[in-house]
Amino acid sequence: MNSIQKNRLKDQLFKFWGIGCTLIGLVLLVIFIGGILVDGLSRIDWAFITDLPSRKAEKSGIWTPLMGSIWILVLTAIISFPVSVAAGVYLEEYAKKNRLSALLEINISNLAGVPSIIYGLLGLEVFVRIMNLGASVLAGALTLSLLILPIIIVATREAIKAVPNSIRDASYALGASKWQTIWNQVLPASSGGILTGIILALSRAVGETAPLIVVGALAYVPFAPQGPLDQFSVLPIQIFNWISRPQAGFIENAAAAIIILLLITFIMNGIAVYFRNKWQKKLQ
Amino acid sequence: MTEIMTEKTEDLKIEAPIVEKYKLQTRDVNVYYGDFQAIKDVSMNIKPRSITAFIGPSGCGKSTFLRLFNRMNDYIEDFKMEGKIKIDDNNIYKNKIQLEQLRKDVGMVFQKPNPFPKSIFENVAYGLKIQGIKDKKLIADRVEKALVQADLWNEVKDNLNKSALTLSGGQQQRLCIARTLAVEPSIILMDEPTSALDPISTAKIEELIHHLKKDYTIIIVTHNMQQASRISDYTAFFYMGELIEFDKTKKIFTNPEKKRTENYITGRFG
Repeated sequence: MNSIQKNRLKDQLFKFWGIGCTLIGLVLLVIFIGGILVDGLSRIDWAFITDLPSRKAEKSGIWTPLMGSIWILVLTAIISFPVSVAAGVYLEEYAKKNRLSALLEINISNLAGVPSIIYGLLGLEVFVRIMNLGASVLAGALTLSLLILPIIIVATREAIKAVPNSIRDASYALGASKWQTIWNQVLPASSGGILTGIILALSRAVGETAPLIVVGALAYVPFAPQGPLDQFSVLPIQIFNWISRPQAGFIENAAAAIIILLLITFIMNGIAVYFRNKWQKKLQ
Repeated sequence: MTEIMTEKTEDLKIEAPIVEKYKLQTRDVNVYYGDFQAIKDVSMNIKPRSITAFIGPSGCGKSTFLRLFNRMNDYIEDFKMEGKIKIDDNNIYKNKIQLEQLRKDVGMVFQKPNPFPKSIFENVAYGLKIQGIKDKKLIADRVEKALVQADLWNEVKDNLNKSALTLSGGQQQRLCIARTLAVEPSIILMDEPTSALDPISTAKIEELIHHLKKDYTIIIVTHNMQQASRISDYTAFFYMGELIEFDKTKKIFTNPEKKRTENYITGRFG
């Protein structure tokens, strides 16, 4: 075998190694989803979605945790959106490049790496106890907002950075102020990227369990929340609760609830991809 | 608003007597980027309704000098400027001058066409809308007038709501000129406006510049020697941040005073 053939062989070997590695994750995911579908698909019907929780597995539904998740999702979006986008705009457009802004940047990156349970403890102390919100939807949403804030800030900054400077120059040269330039040109041009970041962050928030358990979300809530100060449960907690029960019927319920939760995150990711593609086209 | 305006005019009264016949005057202008001196002691007078070309090798400071007139260098972090620049007898580097007001009067067209990712109409109307003009009829009239002036109206009048990014490069650059004209400036700065365009689009823009001369004072930076000689009345030759020679274009290109100018325009260096 000469050296050319040896190199070709190495090339082929690496290719198959790479294909194998790529498939590991995919195959596992397919097995997992397949298993879930087999266990849970037959359980899903309209009643399963609209029924309240019950001690009997076949009578239990996911109405309260589903509504809890939706409440959490909407409140978290409302709270985190203005705060994180404003922070991102400030850091990218206004902040001078000095020690203070470098410190801020390092801290935001660090926040993104803090384990979510720590955010739960923070939320418990600040929102549940000091602000006296109790184990409410609002306290949960505030905690999750903190959790996803750094993610959205980073996404906002990336999206703003991608707006070409020539657009800012053009706006300034026509007599626009800084704010007019940001509001009329920079934000619309970066909105797709910002939106993508927000949706991805929210789809992470909807799957979070640990911080909400610490804040005091319950496994059993008799009614869906009616306002931001009501008690709540969320889908991941309900799933965890059902899985830890011995009866087979609850395992089926858990599988069905997982399908619903996966559906929600897949749809949100799909919307994010759609916005990203649309935005990329617009800027070119 | 009126209060601000009166305060401004008082503030901007200068000490020296006015020389009526000049639109723009610079005196002993120095520009530094940190330790680097980009412009050295440049003084120059520019007459109204004339076309002045800035020529010189890359990095000679001609673009920096041009961007002084609408204060676009202000955004560069360690930019520092000394000396005086007067437009219509107002010192534009007085502390209290309003940048927005200055840039309404001194428009700018950039090297690469840079339309906003919005409709053709929105691009031209933007400068008016940010001034707080809400009258739809007035905006529509001004947009049409600007597009006619920029010789683009006939090509786009049926597609005003189409994205500006669908236009060709030459059309985009004329749109950028229209956008500048819509806010009715008196001076138009052009920073190599045709360097990204094909010869036919370039010819169109040159013709347009020639027409605009009767209403506007135009200053154009160009790398293209033929372009400078074709369209400008005056030519300034910059080298290493210094103004080497500034005279009537005809004189610069046929009988320059300085050896360096001659070497540059005949292509012996740069």
